[in-house]
Amino acid sequence: MLELSILFPSVLNGLTTGAVYALIALGLTLIYGVLHIINFAHGAALMVALYGVYFLQQRAGIDPYVALPIMVPAMFAFGYALQRFVIGRASHGKDENILLVTLGISIILENLALYAFKSDTRSIDTAYTLTTVNLAGALISLPKVVAFGGALATAAVLLLVLGKTDLGRAIRACAKERQGARLVGIDVDHVFAMSFGIGLACLGAAACFLLPAYYVNPTVGNGFVLIAFTIVVLGGMGSFTGALVGGLLIGVVESVGGLWLGESLGQIGIFLIFIAVLLFRPQGLFGARS
Amino acid sequence: MKELAGILLFCALVALAPQFISSGVTLNLIIMTLYAALLGQAWNILGGFGGQFSFGHAVFFGSGAYAMAVLQVKFGWNAWAALAAALACGAAVGAFIGALSFRYGLKGSYFALVTLAFAEVFRILSNTFTFTGAGVGMMLPLKESTADLQFADKTGYLYLILAFVLAGLLVTWWLKRSRYGAWLQAVRDNEDSAAALGVNVFRVKLGAIMISGALMAAGGAFYVQLFHYIDPHIAYGPAVSVEALLGPIIGGMGTLWGPLLGAAVLHGMGELTRALMGDVPGVNLIAYGVVLILMVTFLPRGIIGLFHRKTKDAPRA
Repeated sequence: MLELSILFPSVLNGLTTGAVYALIALGLTLIYGVLHIINFAHGAALMVALYGVYFLQQRAGIDPYVALPIMVPAMFAFGYALQRFVIGRASHGKDENILLVTLGISIILENLALYAFKSDTRSIDTAYTLTTVNLAGALISLPKVVAFGGALATAAVLLLVLGKTDLGRAIRACAKERQGARLVGIDVDHVFAMSFGIGLACLGAAACFLLPAYYVNPTVGNGFVLIAFTIVVLGGMGSFTGALVGGLLIGVVESVGGLWLGESLGQIGIFLIFIAVLLFRPQGLFGARS
Repeated sequence: MKELAGILLFCALVALAPQFISSGVTLNLIIMTLYAALLGQAWNILGGFGGQFSFGHAVFFGSGAYAMAVLQVKFGWNAWAALAAALACGAAVGAFIGALSFRYGLKGSYFALVTLAFAEVFRILSNTFTFTGAGVGMMLPLKESTADLQFADKTGYLYLILAFVLAGLLVTWWLKRSRYGAWLQAVRDNEDSAAALGVNVFRVKLGAIMISGALMAAGGAFYVQLFHYIDPHIAYGPAVSVEALLGPIIGGMGTLWGPLLGAAVLHGMGELTRALMGDVPGVNLIAYGVVLILMVTFLPRGIIGLFHRKTKDAPRA
């Protein structure tokens, strides 16, 4: 068995990564809960956000954490426009169509990035990239600790917005019963676009927390997209608590699995969980059976 | 019968093409178009006729490709025997995934996700085990003879891929007129009604994924013979899965000629963007993505839908 002195830092590391996963999955689960579509372009949108943070730092010298108030609204606007003018128009009310359209969007975004930035992997250097923090004997890099706190704070803000504001109520109304929502005077198309926008805004925040300790290339989103799907399916499609718990859980599984089986095979634990949950408990841990 | 005549006429015309075309580039374009058509035909059986959208058809492609390569290189099998085993392997992987996912009633987006995840698991496995050459991939030694399914001249490959496409066309033709095909389309249009009428939904879907898997594996086997090389990313990466579904969606899902038409349009377009923009990575895929969105938005029944707007056999949009 593994020694506790190795296992403990590995679990902590997993939790910090897991918090960012949870943030990405929150966006996905919000979009699913309201629009009942699986956004295949989620990974590609994260890649766009990461490039955004990268170029803000490289060209304008803006620190990734300072870039938050730029990236979040920018990604929100991008998501709003995407749903309102592309996805909403193409759906014809059929889930399969939306699936294909988001797949098309992800192909376009990924290859635009490949065309514009080539396939080079880029990362940024900040003063704190290599700084570590001592947590009860375990050394964790500072950007990861910030990412953990930031991701949880963003998630809290999101839950507050959904729970307490008029917009949040309208979003939940549309998620439960879109005909009824329309009848009481909610602009459903607007709420759909708002939800999609908020979903991508989560990615904007995630990108700011992620980049100081990570990298970006045109296909970087692929790695995240299946993980985010796994979390959403594990937690229950549309469940926010599920996304949070699932995110942290998957982060730990990946980290400990990597320790046990090596980098390459470690990832397989995630996909096996994914397949097992889809098969045996498709409603997830916190989801209601439809 | 008119359709059968059409199939035979088409194949005869393509078979005669080398008599008139001497340009290697043109022959190559025909071969690659037929190859894309084959992948599309495989997807079309499960997605177009069965209504089960797979986003991970690479799992069958890669399994066929690896069966072909491993059996020849590591076990010294004859290429023809390896080809038969590759087809069986594709069907077996189909049976495995189908048995798991259809038993638990996975449909729509969930089915798309689970196929994607299986492709990813297979990619990681093939990337890890030395048995499949791990990340380095596998090279097939050059042995140019018909007995080894390798040809010095492009014409041989043209006939090989044409034979596969002919098989795909015949299977599709059979689906359109057989009892089994009617069951499959009934399941696509309304699973509950089909079950109420006594169709064994599980068995019908399982059959479709096995046929589709075998045909897709043929594509993988052909790839190995043509390029003498396979690696985890080519075999199980998302590119093949996307290529398989684009053709039928653009040409027309659940139709006989849709995958072929879609493949021809896509490859024509690919050549056009190459001519206009030069050989820049990603450009033709951007065009594919745009076409995919435009097709779903404006022509959900594909190009074929333009021609028979009123016929009863076209799937409902």
